[in-house]
Amino acid sequence: MSLSNQDLQKALLRPLGRGRQEFEDLVVVPLIAVVIALLFGMVVMLATGVDIGTIGRAFVALAKGAFGSLNAVSETLTAAIPVVLAGLGLGLGFRAGLFNIGAEGQILMGGLAAVIFGFSFDHLPFAILMPLTLIVAMLVGAAYAAIAGALRALTGAHEVISTIMLNLISYRILDYALRQPFVQKEGRSDPISKSVPDAAQLPKLLDWIDPNLRLHAGLFLMLAMVLFVWWLLFRSKIGFAFRASGENPDAAKYAGMPSGLIIVLAMATAGGLAGLAGGAQVLGVLERASPGFSAGLGFDAIAVALLGRSHPVGILFAGILFGGLEAGGRQMQVDAGVSIDLIGIIQALIVVFIAAPLLVRAIFPWGFRKDGKGAAE
Amino acid sequence: MKFLSKIGLAAALVAGSMTAANAFTACQVTDVGGIDDAGFNQTAWKGVEDAKAAMGIEGRFLESQAETDYAANLNSLNDGSCDIIVTVGFLMGDATKAAAEANPNQKYSIVDFAYDPTIPNVLGQVFATDQAAFLAGYLAAGMSKSGVVGTFGGLNIPPVTAFMDGFVYGVNHYNSQHGTSVSVLGWDPAAKEGLFTNNFESLDDGRAFAQNLYDEGADIVMPVAGPVGLGSAALASELGADALKIIGVDADQVATDPDHEAIYLTSVLKRMDSTVGAAIAAAADGTFAGGLTVGTLENDGVGLAPFHAFEDAVPAELKAELDAVRAGIIDGSIKVGM
Repeated sequence: MSLSNQDLQKALLRPLGRGRQEFEDLVVVPLIAVVIALLFGMVVMLATGVDIGTIGRAFVALAKGAFGSLNAVSETLTAAIPVVLAGLGLGLGFRAGLFNIGAEGQILMGGLAAVIFGFSFDHLPFAILMPLTLIVAMLVGAAYAAIAGALRALTGAHEVISTIMLNLISYRILDYALRQPFVQKEGRSDPISKSVPDAAQLPKLLDWIDPNLRLHAGLFLMLAMVLFVWWLLFRSKIGFAFRASGENPDAAKYAGMPSGLIIVLAMATAGGLAGLAGGAQVLGVLERASPGFSAGLGFDAIAVALLGRSHPVGILFAGILFGGLEAGGRQMQVDAGVSIDLIGIIQALIVVFIAAPLLVRAIFPWGFRKDGKGAAE
Repeated sequence: MKFLSKIGLAAALVAGSMTAANAFTACQVTDVGGIDDAGFNQTAWKGVEDAKAAMGIEGRFLESQAETDYAANLNSLNDGSCDIIVTVGFLMGDATKAAAEANPNQKYSIVDFAYDPTIPNVLGQVFATDQAAFLAGYLAAGMSKSGVVGTFGGLNIPPVTAFMDGFVYGVNHYNSQHGTSVSVLGWDPAAKEGLFTNNFESLDDGRAFAQNLYDEGADIVMPVAGPVGLGSAALASELGADALKIIGVDADQVATDPDHEAIYLTSVLKRMDSTVGAAIAAAADGTFAGGLTVGTLENDGVGLAPFHAFEDAVPAELKAELDAVRAGIIDGSIKVGM
């Protein structure tokens, strides 16, 4: 994305509560962005020599793989859980004026901590171990993000730079940890951790129907966090401080809000949610840590937060859409033989159009109010 | 908008109704290197392609983009349309086991993993690649002018280090036969430690690791890391075959990477195409059984590729010795090991 950080922040942090325009920004622009991205995906397929029948099959497979069966819905939700959790944190950061690129590293650190804590205390019963493990994941993610927050608050180091660097550091910390004898799986010489004990795992929700259904109890965690973040942002005092310092840091400061503390707290909350995403992923899906187990979730979560306009409910739907694209993308490759890379292109195009609402309005003027006031910024 | 989406829908429906294939279908889940990696995954996929051509079956594949995709990919092949699911790679061992136990009626075959105890619906395919790599090591020791050869791997896992073990033992065998002292950089079979890129994707790493080995004096390098080795081949092409030669792995890389045919001394063949093809054929004619199949020098499951550009450069004497070593390994008179 070639947009400047300022443009993005402007697009993201546009205040809510302007009626029709709010509806357009929250619903119409994202919907159009998704549709254009799918159409562009079709063009890309045509350009790479895929014939029209295969393209049709590919889109049928995309829909079928995303929402067409119980297994598809289960896969879609399973894929949505971590990106929604991490996306909630990023959206909260955006609201507070912080462009946090570090979800990837926070997911890794949270997940790694969850794995180590899980197998270290495997004698504890489920009712204690599982929640405790999630809390550890959250705290470690929060602490890791707070480093970037503290650097910003104390030295003015920009969080975009410091979180990117912290991502790189987290990859190496993970590589190092996976080679330690107390972490590495017995009998293996490649970097892979011991498994998380059953008592720490998020229970599968649907395995009584079919053991292949991977949906896990992280679903409830995700929904609870959507509610919590909504409450935090729009009903709590600290959430008001987050939003106020995001809208206008100077005004917030003169109103007596401690700007440094707010930055650190907002980063820590965002990191805690990303850490939870990592915890949910290792405890619900992966059952162990391996190099780069975050697999780009932290970057997908940025797209999800953008698509959801940093609103908890928007992020929930955006995350489900991205989960659907991922699950459907696999089906697309199986049924039509279309490369799974195409899904990456479609996701990227969605982000481009979301981040450029003016472009969407320019291409599809009839979707919006005619007087143009809503379009101008 | 509406108009466009209607066209799309209509096209999709037409296309959807055209696919009514009930043919035998073999499905494959690749590892992260990708289906076109000129080596490991491509060779395994060739097994399916060959079966498609020979038996008229359908073939589908699903590429893994990260280790975290394995379970999800296996899961999306569970709709009953696959008659056999072939998983490619040691790292998929746990995911394949879980899927096979959840779906006892689905036939699976995995490349590079041996379950102990075996699973009734999984056929493991493993390879005595150390035998073939032993020949490559012997050849490299005989061809090296600097007296230093090198190797590096993608990940420190048994299917990779088997190549490196055999390579070192082959060099050692040459030394003991000829009283030379050719040394191997990059792998210590006793300590199980060596050079690893820790990925199977980065061509840049392949170039950098080969450069390091070259700087340390190696004039023949065997990269065991899938497409990573293509980066090493690119470096060797720039330096010229006199300075640096590459030994390919998995497939005959002169065939899969013809751009660099001038620098491949030979390739250590791991005939996954034939074992994958055999597993598919067994599933198709009803003789499929879980267990283990082992590719060796004796059954041509592993071997050494032709020397191609170096056909004339390899002395006839060395070729004759290689034939003798090969026969010795098969009849057991030469042990591949310390």
